[in-house]
Amino acid sequence: MTAADVMFFVLAALAIVGAAGVAFSRHILYSALSLMVALFGVAGLFITLSADFVAGVQVLIYVGGVLVITLFAVMLTQGIQNVAVSNRAVGSTAAGLLTTGLFVLLLRAMAKAQWVRPSGEVSAQTSTAGIGNALLGQYVLPFEVASLVLLAVLVGAVVLTRKETAE
Amino acid sequence: MRAYLDAIAAGYPTVSPALVYLIGMLAFGALVVFVFILPVAGITSWVERRVWARIQSRIGPNRVGPGGFLQWLADGLKNLLKEDVIPAAVDVPLFRIAPYVVVAGFVAAFVALPFAGSLIIADLNIGILYISAITSLVVIGILMAGWSSNNKWSMLGGIRSATQIICYEIPVGLSIFPVVLLSGTLSMQGIISAQGWAPTSWHMFHSPFLFVSFLLFFVGALAEGNRTPFDLPEADSELVAGFATEYSGMRSLLFFLAEWGNLYVIGVLVSTLFMGGWQVPHFTDNGVVLAVAQFATMFVKAYFWVFVAMWVRATLPRVRVDQFMTLCWKYMVPIGLVNVVGTATMMVVLPQGSIVLRWIMVAMTAAILVQFARRVFFHLRRANYGRLGRISEGAA
Repeated sequence: MTAADVMFFVLAALAIVGAAGVAFSRHILYSALSLMVALFGVAGLFITLSADFVAGVQVLIYVGGVLVITLFAVMLTQGIQNVAVSNRAVGSTAAGLLTTGLFVLLLRAMAKAQWVRPSGEVSAQTSTAGIGNALLGQYVLPFEVASLVLLAVLVGAVVLTRKETAE
Repeated sequence: MRAYLDAIAAGYPTVSPALVYLIGMLAFGALVVFVFILPVAGITSWVERRVWARIQSRIGPNRVGPGGFLQWLADGLKNLLKEDVIPAAVDVPLFRIAPYVVVAGFVAAFVALPFAGSLIIADLNIGILYISAITSLVVIGILMAGWSSNNKWSMLGGIRSATQIICYEIPVGLSIFPVVLLSGTLSMQGIISAQGWAPTSWHMFHSPFLFVSFLLFFVGALAEGNRTPFDLPEADSELVAGFATEYSGMRSLLFFLAEWGNLYVIGVLVSTLFMGGWQVPHFTDNGVVLAVAQFATMFVKAYFWVFVAMWVRATLPRVRVDQFMTLCWKYMVPIGLVNVVGTATMMVVLPQGSIVLRWIMVAMTAAILVQFARRVFFHLRRANYGRLGRISEGAA
């Protein structure tokens, strides 16, 4: 087992333990913080795949943005410490069926996928310039459409939160 | 670092290179933490107290060692020996690990911080992105501390801090974009190499857009570091001590260690992004002498901004929450967007930049600084004149 394998297993364990914490923790705040562990594990996995830019953005957007907003919402909600209110286990049968089905589906997809096996040593390459060129070259239209969607979301959020001014 | 470690690994062919690399990196990291980060953060605390005292016509700590210089060691030792009180109503695991998360977030930034041309732990290809990303651990730590203290002031402090950091992340990011556009890389050493030692080759003076970006970055960085005038999370008069209220002993000191150390990180980032970092004229071929000169240049530039931050803290009052939000969303974000577009336009119109424009920018900055100094000395003279009791214009 090489050092890279050890790193992979450590990071994968981090991601899985974090994800398990999110799913099984009785306390919603602990769930949110376990999500952080899982996100760092996934960022580490991206780095082992030499997708350094994606890893950085993953931490910046998900840990620095989404997770902080989640913690915010959790902390500002009343009675959140009451497990019976915040983390009730509802519909465990349906959830069990759904996750088992998804697991089987993913296993089948994994077995059927055509994995590309590189021959010989693969050197790490940086991805930032490549992502930039692809986004503003080949995929410029989808990229702009996505930014339009985000703009619509922003305008919608402003409209929803704005107080009606008195006539 | 990689080159040194490869050389060491080549000397021990029986040991796996990965192991040498791992041990070497850990050793170097520990060295940086204990020989650089802790003393710099500690000494900054002493410098800050002395500087405020001078500005506020007080004396400040002057008893321990020459001029009170060893005060930081005494404070550190005292806090280590103090009882670590954990209140009964707190959420114990989160309360215990929160200071470590904050410190980890700030120490991890040092991985990609350049000290000199060859002195950097790891010159990551995504250097500046990595630093912005990993410092978000600080917010998580502060939120954890605020929430687990089970106290409404701590909670409000934690929430204010998180709001502050996620809001100001946007103008700070927008002010980094023009620099990245100009350098064409995210790597810290790459950004420094795109500049030269002379002020006319610094990014700061490339165009008016970059100069405004530099101001935005410094203001935004102060806000992200919870520094006055943006120290709303620990506003003493409103929130006791904010998220740090329930902490005592070393855990409490760790929050402050991160704050003072963060000042140095801000200084290094400003000098790297806008002021040419460690660039010195190539005056000698001796690598060691050059490295020392580069390190000294970087340190002086970074510490200059640490000093400015202290100066600002001793001078300006705290802003209110609404003013704070107005500043961020109504002024800094639009200005940041204009800067990005303006820099991109500049780069299309003048791909090489304009040396005339650079000289004009440098001359204008110099003129502003000279005028500023003249005003300061004018007021100092006037204040002294009044104090001597002849004509007290200041009191009128």
